[in-house]
Amino acid sequence: MNALTLWFHKTGSPPTFYRIAGVLVPWCYGIGLVLGLVGLYGGLVAAPRDYQQGDAYRIIFVHVPCAWMGLFAYFFMAANAFVALVWRIKLSEILAMASAPIGAAFTFITLVTGSLWGKPMWGTWWTWDARLTSELVLLFLYLGVMGLYAAIEDRRQAARAAGFLALIGIVNLPIVHFSVNWWNTLHQGSTVRLIGPSKIDPAMIWPLLTMALATHVWFFGSVLARTRTGLLELDAGKDWVRRIALAEGARRD
Amino acid sequence: MTPTRKRRLILVSLVLAAVAAAAGLTALALQQNMTYLYSPTEIEAGHAPESARFRLGGVVLENSLRRASDSLKVDFVVTDRFREMPVEYTGILPDLFREGQSIVATGTVQNGRFVATEVLAKHDETYMPKEVKDAIDKAKSTHADAR
Repeated sequence: MNALTLWFHKTGSPPTFYRIAGVLVPWCYGIGLVLGLVGLYGGLVAAPRDYQQGDAYRIIFVHVPCAWMGLFAYFFMAANAFVALVWRIKLSEILAMASAPIGAAFTFITLVTGSLWGKPMWGTWWTWDARLTSELVLLFLYLGVMGLYAAIEDRRQAARAAGFLALIGIVNLPIVHFSVNWWNTLHQGSTVRLIGPSKIDPAMIWPLLTMALATHVWFFGSVLARTRTGLLELDAGKDWVRRIALAEGARRD
Repeated sequence: MTPTRKRRLILVSLVLAAVAAAAGLTALALQQNMTYLYSPTEIEAGHAPESARFRLGGVVLENSLRRASDSLKVDFVVTDRFREMPVEYTGILPDLFREGQSIVATGTVQNGRFVATEVLAKHDETYMPKEVKDAIDKAKSTHADAR
């Protein structure tokens, strides 16, 4: 076994991961909160008004980062599910299942904020165009994964079954992303582009990117916190959990 | 890698490839008959359903908007810059509705006019402050004058 595999196995072992995650979680939450406040101030106060929409466009500072997170969280979940299915690594199962509710929440926020913006700007709360429909399917995939995981008694079998659904659902990600290019949709195309110039003024883009960074950091804090609980539940009765429980009990007395 | 893991890896990858192929083919098939809207050119070519409701998409032609003085009725022309389609609608128009703006109208064709029951404004992906927009417009007009 070489040094890298050894390191990998060590970090992946529940007691070690539990400890490392415990150190990281407050940092993630703290940095996420600070970045989020800066991003929101930049977006809601500092950024100039839009030439057509006035102040109403400011919802993109919540809507777009959440939409990106909905996709990113799904990718994270599916990648972990893949590792869990092939290598049967306990930690990957927990990581995948921990990210499902968080991704679902981000997707839900995306749909709600989009709807709130759609009514005054487009003239409707909802329309069945390709982008909106595929985003709704994304939410249902998350809910399906969560439901399947909760429905099976054996935790490890449940994680494998739900992980399989998560993995299959990954085909929806390119559909969500490219729906605005492939079909005629009411939803506009991508504003921020990795390749080529973005269609947004520099004064408006920095709060958007700050918010994107904030939601990413927050997501990892949230995933790690949920994973710690998941590990404790799964390994309940094992020595390392017992030691933590005893130490916690002694601290409270 | 142990043989069991290798077998699982191949199996999961194959399932994933199959699902991706299925989704790709579905998307390709839908591309041909999943039409959110029709343009005036497509309507003239007879692609749109004749007596059923469908969506018309295009740009509101400049100086074509007429509002009735005694009701909420509005008339305007939707164009894709090749063909034009007169539209009539009774109701409140969305904030982003203006001449030169893309819209999506739902309704039926009656006697060569599109009678809309719903008018939605389509927003493009450009965001900029008003000052920048004014500067661009100014630069454009001076550039046009210079020619």
